[in-house]
Amino acid sequence: MCTVCGCGQASVEGRDSTPAHHHHDHHDHDAAHADMHARGIPHSHDDGHIHYGAGVAGVSVPGLDQARIVKIEQDVLGHNDRLAAVNRARFAAEGIIALNLVSSPGSGKTTLLCETINMLSGRVPVAVVEGDQQTSFDADRIRETGAPAIQVNTGKGCHLDAAMVADATDRLQPGEGSVLFIENVGNLVCPAGFDLGEAAKVVILSVTEGEDKPLKYPDMFAAADLMILNKIDLLPHVRFDVDRCLELAHRVKPDLPVLQLSATTGQGMHKWLGWIDDRRDALLAARAAR
Amino acid sequence: MHEMSLVAGVMRILEEQATSQDFRTVKAVFLEVGALSHADPEAMRFAFEAQKPGTIAADARLEIIESPGQAWCLECSDAVTISRRGDPCPRCGGYKLTVTAGDDLRVRELEVE
Repeated sequence: MCTVCGCGQASVEGRDSTPAHHHHDHHDHDAAHADMHARGIPHSHDDGHIHYGAGVAGVSVPGLDQARIVKIEQDVLGHNDRLAAVNRARFAAEGIIALNLVSSPGSGKTTLLCETINMLSGRVPVAVVEGDQQTSFDADRIRETGAPAIQVNTGKGCHLDAAMVADATDRLQPGEGSVLFIENVGNLVCPAGFDLGEAAKVVILSVTEGEDKPLKYPDMFAAADLMILNKIDLLPHVRFDVDRCLELAHRVKPDLPVLQLSATTGQGMHKWLGWIDDRRDALLAARAAR
Repeated sequence: MHEMSLVAGVMRILEEQATSQDFRTVKAVFLEVGALSHADPEAMRFAFEAQKPGTIAADARLEIIESPGQAWCLECSDAVTISRRGDPCPRCGGYKLTVTAGDDLRVRELEVE
């Protein structure tokens, strides 16, 4: 590396490689040119190369360099994580179990949610945050079940974040002992890294999708606390190898629990409701013990 | 393209640090992107270039430090390196792995004026 401007000697495959260190005329640069080096602005040299070299050279050029290095070590997601921690503390204090439902578009999340709400109806209070890029179609469907729902339109955004969930929760005001379902934007990539303060992340995959999705989208399956395999009533009609799907999911997360069900026929739904009840009971017991 | 949101997080950190550490211009951002993190380095570069105009990082360059994925293999009882989630243990070929490092996405340091 050049010790003045910090430029490397990278090459692009297939390009003509000319002399090893192409800006041999380095120390004759005028001030403006040197400044471009110091600031890392790509520019052209007489030899026709575009020069990306720059930077922390370890050498100070008098009159040009007042730069200093600040060590900060901050998580990029730190701000979201702090807001998520506030949500989580609030949910724990108010006895609300928040479940973050994530999947591709078309996995049957909203149908699963409507059926779940119907089955919990009269026994457990439910509130729903619906995330979509646009429209309030899903919130409308949820409201038809009688449960309060807030639609969050993310616009060009591809995921919900903790601030959106905080705002939506303020408006919904779920009561003590409520289950707060957060239906994330249909997307198996982006929502994986954004903690919302939920008690559990539930990833839903349906048998009309590819059985290899757990390995294609590993971040989401690795982040999940439960996997639901939905639409199992359609198994006789589709090519979907359940065993292989589960094997791939467990490659990504060896201890990931899986529930197989059909929201349409009701098959397996009792296990899902049992899972919710267990989580809710544990949360309320922990709260009572405080 | 959640990298746009992630870079918005980077910009937020820069603004906060500019106040607390008293600088006006950012010349370089050194960002660690773990192999098992939720970010794609090229998408981070794209989003950084898109968002930096008009900010204190308008002329800054983004230096990405890629860190390897580390996992603990239950079969081998040892630490191993993996490049992606879902990859097998490079020693025993098994999948009983717990990620221990390489999922970081953090601003390590800044070159400022």
